[in-house]
Amino acid sequence: MFTFTEEQEMLRKVIREFVEAEVAPKAQEWDEANHCPVELFPMLGEMGIVGTFVPEEYGGAGLGFVERSICLEELARHSAGLAITVMAHQLCMGGILNFGSEEQKKKYLPDLATGKKIGSLSLTEATGGSNFMGQKSTGEYKDWQWVINGRKCFITNSHLADVDLWTVITGQNEKGKPIMTAFIIDKDTPGHTAGRTEHKLGLCSSNTGDVSCVNVKLSPQQMLSQEGDGPKIALSTIQEVGRAGMSAICLGILRGCLEESVKFSNERIIYGKPLNKLMNIQFTIAENKLDYESAKLLTYRAASMKDKGLLCACEFALAKYAGNEGAIRAAKRTIDMMGGYGVINEYPIGRFLRDTLAGSTAGGTSDILKVVIAAETLKR
Amino acid sequence: MKLNIAVCIKSVPDPEWYEKITIDIKTKTITRKGIPSIINPVDKNALEAALQLKEQFGGKVTVVCMAPPGATNELYEAMAMGADEAALLSDLAFAGADTLATSYTLAQGLNKLGKFDLVLTGTESADGATAQVPAQLAEWLKIPHLWNVKEFTFATEQELHAKVKMDDAVGEYVIQLPALLAVSREINKPRYTTAMGVMKARKKTLTILNKNDIDVNKSLIGQVGSPTWSGDISIPSLARKGQELIGTPEEIATQLIAKLRAAGINPAKRREGDGK
Repeated sequence: MFTFTEEQEMLRKVIREFVEAEVAPKAQEWDEANHCPVELFPMLGEMGIVGTFVPEEYGGAGLGFVERSICLEELARHSAGLAITVMAHQLCMGGILNFGSEEQKKKYLPDLATGKKIGSLSLTEATGGSNFMGQKSTGEYKDWQWVINGRKCFITNSHLADVDLWTVITGQNEKGKPIMTAFIIDKDTPGHTAGRTEHKLGLCSSNTGDVSCVNVKLSPQQMLSQEGDGPKIALSTIQEVGRAGMSAICLGILRGCLEESVKFSNERIIYGKPLNKLMNIQFTIAENKLDYESAKLLTYRAASMKDKGLLCACEFALAKYAGNEGAIRAAKRTIDMMGGYGVINEYPIGRFLRDTLAGSTAGGTSDILKVVIAAETLKR
Repeated sequence: MKLNIAVCIKSVPDPEWYEKITIDIKTKTITRKGIPSIINPVDKNALEAALQLKEQFGGKVTVVCMAPPGATNELYEAMAMGADEAALLSDLAFAGADTLATSYTLAQGLNKLGKFDLVLTGTESADGATAQVPAQLAEWLKIPHLWNVKEFTFATEQELHAKVKMDDAVGEYVIQLPALLAVSREINKPRYTTAMGVMKARKKTLTILNKNDIDVNKSLIGQVGSPTWSGDISIPSLARKGQELIGTPEEIATQLIAKLRAAGINPAKRREGDGK
């Protein structure tokens, strides 16, 4: 049975205090203004929230994925947009931490872990995210440097990132299959530019858009790991950092739905009694609770497996699937319960539904997750 | 100049749960079962003031609390915020203490823990709100004190210049160290506790001291040492008493005014120019 340590319980308490003071009061305003609150990043860095799993020697908090999940759940409870901004930033740090050279770690991680700089991972192209081997961006080695060309889309932190991890095709192997390689690109590198900004259904307080490279010239020192390691970097980062983070974010939204449903049903008086005295409303509360607790167990179990170094790709797929689908159900149920109030933006429940729908693609859609789960299950 | 600072904190029920708190009529105490505890909010301001002094001048910050064993959580949180060590004064014999017995126990605990240049507290607790402990504690310690301090600076190494909030004024004082200051909420904004702080806290020293450890006079501690006793406690009925008035609208209005007057409420007299 998974239980939290006393330190983890205290971490949740202090992060919750911070989020309730600094995030909750502004979350709706950020959403309505499509504003990503990057101004909070230095504070998030100081708190150890952005660099949770980065070792202390590189400026992080030196904690694990359970603690990271706690922080993301607490952020997403009030602002899933801010939470996915942090999560995408951590994709960049995860890639550098797990695959970078010592020199690259020392150069990039301290500023990223303390929130002084923002990171992103540019993997997805118009051909799709899950089919990343089909990407068209290229890297060509000419005159002792790599020349990168291509366009990435649906990139979180596209316009904010100071450090951008790119995957490109750098050739073909003897079987004619593409060789994918990853690079670290600094913000002001000539030819590296952010393009259009997407207007999304939800997660509006995060930034998503295109990033292009036109004859971007990089020294070989900017390559992450070795040529051809791109798929390993992409898969590991997406599955164990991205999907793991999205599981916790969905969990935070789900808890938001649960807590809003409890609050509303306690306060709303109908037929002279609180709404929660009606049995059908109790069913809604019970179903929201079940969805939250199920996703919570799956998320923290997967995170604790990751901390123990166990294989956990299937477990994170289960967690994200349960969290995302559970949040969609819980938000819909809660809106139904609230009647007219449910569709008024003064209440956050509509935002929770939009956020969880928009979050369904990050870290894999439910259908992709089912493929991952089935593949692992059928293998046994 | 290194400062040895003590901060006295209290573990109080989380104010967000106040509506769930009930009073046990028999024991005349509040029922805290299932109610989470937190550090008394203004005590965090006292701790923040201590941490700022330590950052400026160096030294050590020790947090002290008299409470049941469960309050270790609040002490670890104080250490996560930045305090160097903590002491919990905990013994069944301390139970039922009023402010005088509490302040005596705290004083004996502080005397046991060492010599402090400065003792900081919050002005009052969020639950009892008597605001008596700071002054009583200073008296037991035989040191000068100020209450409701909104700002202070060092005038010399041994003197503080403090501003004290009063009803319609601000008093300015010079106070000699060692001294006790009870600080108000406006003195600072307590820092957020970081993830790194949380993880370091468990590696710091938390000492639990019982009645034998701190050399107390047993007649001055707990309920025995408390001159204040709760009187009768009753829970007022908030039920509304309805009454139907029958008649024409004018008759009902006349009856209503008569009842309001009988209850001591005088309907406003019509002023000139108010119309009919």
